[in-house]
Amino acid sequence: MSAVTPADTAQAKAAILGRIRSALGDVPGDERSEDVEVTRDYVDSHATGDVVDLFVERVEDYRATVIRTSEADAPAEIARVLSGHGVGNLVVPPGFPDALSARYEGLRLSDDPPRTPAELDASDGVITLAAQGIALTGTIVLDAGPGQGRRALSLVPDLHVCVVRSSQVAADVPVAVRALVPGRPTTFISGPSATSDIELDRVEGVHGPRTLVVVLISG
Amino acid sequence: MSRDEVNVVWLGSPTFPKAAHDALQDDQLRRNLKHATTTIRDKRLRAVAELDDWETLRLAGSQIKDRVMRHLDTYLLQLEASVTAAGGVVHWAEDAREANWIVTELVRAKGATEVVKIKSMATQEIGLNEALADAGIEATETDLAELIVQLNHDRPSHILVPAIHRNRTEIRDIFLREMGKHGVPAPDDLTDEPRALAEAARVHLREKFLRAKVAISGANFACADTGTVGVVESEGNGRMCLTLPETLITVMGIEKVLPSFADLEVFLQLLPRSSTAERMNPYTSLWTGVTPGDGPQEFHLILLDNGRTKTLADTAGRSALHCIRCSACLNVCPVYERTGGRSYGSVYPGPIGAVLTPQLVGVGTSDHADSLPFASTLCGACYDACPVRIDIPEMLVHLRAKVVDAHRGGVPKPEALAMKGAKVVFGSPRRLAVAERLGAIGGRIAGIGGGRWLPGPAKKWTGARDVPVPARESFRTWWRKAGRG
Repeated sequence: MSAVTPADTAQAKAAILGRIRSALGDVPGDERSEDVEVTRDYVDSHATGDVVDLFVERVEDYRATVIRTSEADAPAEIARVLSGHGVGNLVVPPGFPDALSARYEGLRLSDDPPRTPAELDASDGVITLAAQGIALTGTIVLDAGPGQGRRALSLVPDLHVCVVRSSQVAADVPVAVRALVPGRPTTFISGPSATSDIELDRVEGVHGPRTLVVVLISG
Repeated sequence: MSRDEVNVVWLGSPTFPKAAHDALQDDQLRRNLKHATTTIRDKRLRAVAELDDWETLRLAGSQIKDRVMRHLDTYLLQLEASVTAAGGVVHWAEDAREANWIVTELVRAKGATEVVKIKSMATQEIGLNEALADAGIEATETDLAELIVQLNHDRPSHILVPAIHRNRTEIRDIFLREMGKHGVPAPDDLTDEPRALAEAARVHLREKFLRAKVAISGANFACADTGTVGVVESEGNGRMCLTLPETLITVMGIEKVLPSFADLEVFLQLLPRSSTAERMNPYTSLWTGVTPGDGPQEFHLILLDNGRTKTLADTAGRSALHCIRCSACLNVCPVYERTGGRSYGSVYPGPIGAVLTPQLVGVGTSDHADSLPFASTLCGACYDACPVRIDIPEMLVHLRAKVVDAHRGGVPKPEALAMKGAKVVFGSPRRLAVAERLGAIGGRIAGIGGGRWLPGPAKKWTGARDVPVPARESFRTWWRKAGRG
């Protein structure tokens, strides 16, 4: 059986566009979209004080754990986090710096070639880099760049350890959005998976990782 | 009206006054709703107060939406070109029937008999799950609240938290009774703790996520310039659907397009704070066409009209299309708080539903939809709460006039008869004086029984309202007695 193609809905397209054009009879024919005023007087950032401190406070607000460390101490801290969570095998995406996981003593699972969802499900956790952090909202942004892996990696394992450098922390959403590369698959993560669907009681961990640890490296 | 035509209103739903009357008798429902709306309302006010330029952001959001609506054809064509260039396939659907047909054919072509779904108002609006079931395809809702509603063969009652009318004990009973019929059963010793219930849902759904070949989603926005589509969620079920299956089908109302990727800086501030009252929702996913080696390798975007162009044609009602489905207006509405979402008999409940539903189905085509613009006290709280400044009260008044116009010439409604009577009485001082005396006598009679109801056709009206007991004497009588006349 063949799938529907755009040619199959060409008639619908013409009809919809026709109806839109006749519905917009009040819009002058020579009006261009940019003629409709958009006042962008909103501020670029609502953050005050030290942006990195704010990032830590806001990430912790979402009941994620933040470990602040230096470049030199990071491998030991990461090894401590992983053993603390009983991680026997760890998914490590292509491009993740070897040095950062050097002190980890368990099994490293490469994602090259890509692992099946079931294999990811059977792993103990994943460690990734991030593209950015956002201080005001306590968000980490992943865009599948080197060391971040494809989207499934930071989703299926139950523990996500994410390494962010303080230089990557943007103050607020507008600043972060402007730094994004649009074509990349991008995920904003603010705390672990959560639901409030049952009597508005917040429960962490429904489908994504139930535990999120952010390792924040200064400098 | 057949299901194929439109599912915006639920078949067989009573008009709002009847449904509201029944809902008001349900104490449990009113308790659940009061708790929910009060909690979210207070939390939202705190989240919004954190941004001192909130009004400026609202204005920008409203202006961006205005720009989109005035040039919708241009932006849709631009979106189609950018999604196609990024490896996606774009389809157009005039109505629910066409959209359901496209989805069904795409799923069939993959040889799939089951699909996983992200909560989406657009797919609810077109009755997609039922259409797929007719074609032998099982669609599983993966949002926790939607799963609760689906397993219980229930109707959602809120845009954001559809199962808010159910408490934890009811949810446990639903899980124990239904989960086993559709996959991994709930454990026998399941308690009603939210954590345990969420865990049961996690186990039940994970098996489906790992197996699914096709996922279906809606879209919170799509950027015309880059072709980037976005979904905002909390649980990670969205990410599971958007990431693991081989094929992703997104059904999007044509009004969801944004001019540019840069506009996300406005909506990613407005939406989370207005809906879940958080600084940011746990997960936001942005994807552009397909990415080799990451996520679904086949992406279909279906652009849905289903009454939106009709809404666009009414310049006074057009801005209902600005709605970003945050549900802030539901939580502040005194009518919604007391009657619940299901009374509106539509996938779009609350104040925004009261203006959007009649426009999507067409004013004057359904008594049920026509009753919705009257389901409001016009208090204005919804306008204050709306992150894109939709003037819902003004639109309600506009639609009330359209409903009245649409019914002109038929059997007059009781309200119209009452107004005609009032005109006769108020038109003459003598008749007014007589009416006042009768009112005072009637008031004394009614007062004897402590009654607060009116007889005859007005009985229905007083069934839901207390009538003030008329004064024992009219103002004119008192004025004369006081020797001032």
